[in-house]
Amino acid sequence: MASKRIIGAVAAAAAVMLLTAGCVNQSSTGGSTSSAASKVDLPAQTTISVPKDAVLPAGDGNAKCSSGLTLAYIGAETGPNAQLGINIYNGVQLAIDQHNKANPGCQVQFKKFDTEGDPTKATGPVTQAVNEKDIIGVVGLPFSGESQATGGIFEQAGLVHITASATNPGLTKNGWTTFFRALGNDNVQGPAAATFITKELKDKKVYVVQDDSDYGIGLSTAIQKSLGSDVVGTDKVTTGQKDFSATVSKIVNAKPDAVFYSGYYAEGAPFDQQLVNKGYKGVFVGPDGVKDDQFIKLAGDASNNAYFTCPCIPGELIKSFSDQYQSAFNAAPGTYSIEGYDSATILLAGIDKGNTDRSKLKDWVKSYNADGLSKHYQWDSVGELAKSTVYGYKVDNGKIVSVGVIG
Amino acid sequence: MLATLFSLSAALPASVSTDNSWINFDVTSLLQNFWPATFDGLTFGAIYALIALGYTLVYGVLNLINFAHSEVFIMGCYGVVFTLTSLGFGPNAPNLSIWAIIFNLILAMLVGMVFSVVTAFVVERVAYRPLRRRGASRLAFLITALGASFSIQYLIFLVRGSNAEPAVTMFIPTPIFQVFGAIIDSQQLTIVIAAIVMMVATDQYIRRTRVGRGIRAVAQDPDTATLMGVNKDRIIVTTFVIGGILAGAAALFYVMKVPSGVIYNGGFVLGIKAFAAAVLGGIGNVRGALLGGLLIGVIGNYGQLLLGDSQWTDVVAFIVLVLVLLIRPSGLLGQTLGRSRA
Repeated sequence: MASKRIIGAVAAAAAVMLLTAGCVNQSSTGGSTSSAASKVDLPAQTTISVPKDAVLPAGDGNAKCSSGLTLAYIGAETGPNAQLGINIYNGVQLAIDQHNKANPGCQVQFKKFDTEGDPTKATGPVTQAVNEKDIIGVVGLPFSGESQATGGIFEQAGLVHITASATNPGLTKNGWTTFFRALGNDNVQGPAAATFITKELKDKKVYVVQDDSDYGIGLSTAIQKSLGSDVVGTDKVTTGQKDFSATVSKIVNAKPDAVFYSGYYAEGAPFDQQLVNKGYKGVFVGPDGVKDDQFIKLAGDASNNAYFTCPCIPGELIKSFSDQYQSAFNAAPGTYSIEGYDSATILLAGIDKGNTDRSKLKDWVKSYNADGLSKHYQWDSVGELAKSTVYGYKVDNGKIVSVGVIG
Repeated sequence: MLATLFSLSAALPASVSTDNSWINFDVTSLLQNFWPATFDGLTFGAIYALIALGYTLVYGVLNLINFAHSEVFIMGCYGVVFTLTSLGFGPNAPNLSIWAIIFNLILAMLVGMVFSVVTAFVVERVAYRPLRRRGASRLAFLITALGASFSIQYLIFLVRGSNAEPAVTMFIPTPIFQVFGAIIDSQQLTIVIAAIVMMVATDQYIRRTRVGRGIRAVAQDPDTATLMGVNKDRIIVTTFVIGGILAGAAALFYVMKVPSGVIYNGGFVLGIKAFAAAVLGGIGNVRGALLGGLLIGVIGNYGQLLLGDSQWTDVVAFIVLVLVLLIRPSGLLGQTLGRSRA
């Protein structure tokens, strides 16, 4: 009796779905046709010049050091935005493997600590890492929020760490002497992104949406300043948010030419997908936190309207690096893989030169002045790069390709 | 070198890393987007309401807040996603005939229901029944409820990891008609109508059938009901199963609405909102759950528009909840499953 009634209810619901879905298809064109009519076609970049004297992890092959010296990666290995972390530690892993292969007299260990990219979870792994005395240098942390939360711990322990991706400008204003940033910050990216949208994509009405991370808020503030009156509206979303209908309906109403999403791909991808599904025809521009193949995987065809800005170098265009990465991990290098590789190379070069404790390695990085594969590395007194560049990227046939330097 | 540094920093705008705007009431955007927000809120509200029924029914019968119900729901979502993924659905909507879409939807819903029902059944067997047999206190039930909720969450975490499941899109919503300038699309219409039909069916089932009478009897007075020949244990299991079926349906609608929303802890917030919906409407009251769900959905959306920040969606919804409970402590439509519907 009970089950009959329940089946009846299910059947009734199914019947209703059937009816409404019926209405659907009469007007449906099927599939997602989302290409914007006004889309500017920017040619993809195919070559990139590599500094001739770039320092490589292999060094001269004669390095001698005591055994047990360890470099660590601390950052996301799991978590919603883990892919950015994976790109980085694969780069680090590659550098260390090449170093150890070329230098039988100096075998450097590699350890990974998982923060899930979450500022509230990062202090545990960082504390654990600084307490392991063998660890003398760190690549990480990838995200701004977790870097802000843990920089003090590194400072106290005197443990040098180079972030391959955290771009919030405030990070270098804490007075830390152990923090170094291997890329430009959002005060460089914000203006570059604004110019990219208004000059290269020729979009005059921009809607800026930010998430609630240190990174998203900082970058959003920077780009809004540069865009000035081109901003037609702003909205805020939350980390972990999955439904963006209120924001989407505001944007569809405002009819902007471009939406700039200041946050990470975990929210950016469903957001773009929901925009396109609701009939948004403009372009979607995201910063480095959104620029990842995961974005395309999660958003599907909706990602065809996407452009990215990133203070990262298109490592896939550096053939030697790209081939080695591909054969080691059976994947193309991702966003920040080359920055991770370069950061590890700097630390390894320091070890090879005999800087085998924390304080010496810190001083080594502080006075470092040489080319890496991706760019020249030299830091100012607070740990910002003296010179940095921002690249534009677009989605082309389901792949993210560089469109060249934008600032 | 120093000179380049200086010129670089001079070219940069002053760094701002904090958000200095406090609360702005954005009345314009609320007015502009009033109707779209309303219809979207109703769609979400319908999903909340279906989940809320699970809380309400169990509360009505056992006086127990089944905090594991949010996991009953999320397990249904996994059932739906697994079904659709194995059928070849991904982030891109395939170009399917209407019959294929309907077939897939129903299949996914049935699998979702099976996942939810099995979860609900196991929770009842493992977490509640042993305690009931031993006459444990209400607080003990509350603790096992929370324990069951976390256990299932982290069980999913172990198996599926901390990433959300890739999006599955079944069809692209197409506009059907306009109301007050707002477009109602096929998806919203499907969800709201199907959810309301299911809720009416549940309401009628409880009011008119023999099992429904049993449920109401146990809700009113479990001991007397047992004396009158009602099998209390069976009624309790049935209640959990009905809650599971409705959660499974809610799972399908949720995946339709939020294709990438299936993650191990994704049930938590929805569960809390659905629970709030149940309380708002009057916990233990089937029609109250519908009213409460729709209200929570709509009010949350208004709040977000007015305050321009999705962090406020939940805050506003809960402020309204508290205000309503201050005036009507037993919820909008009153409390008991048994009494008011007898």
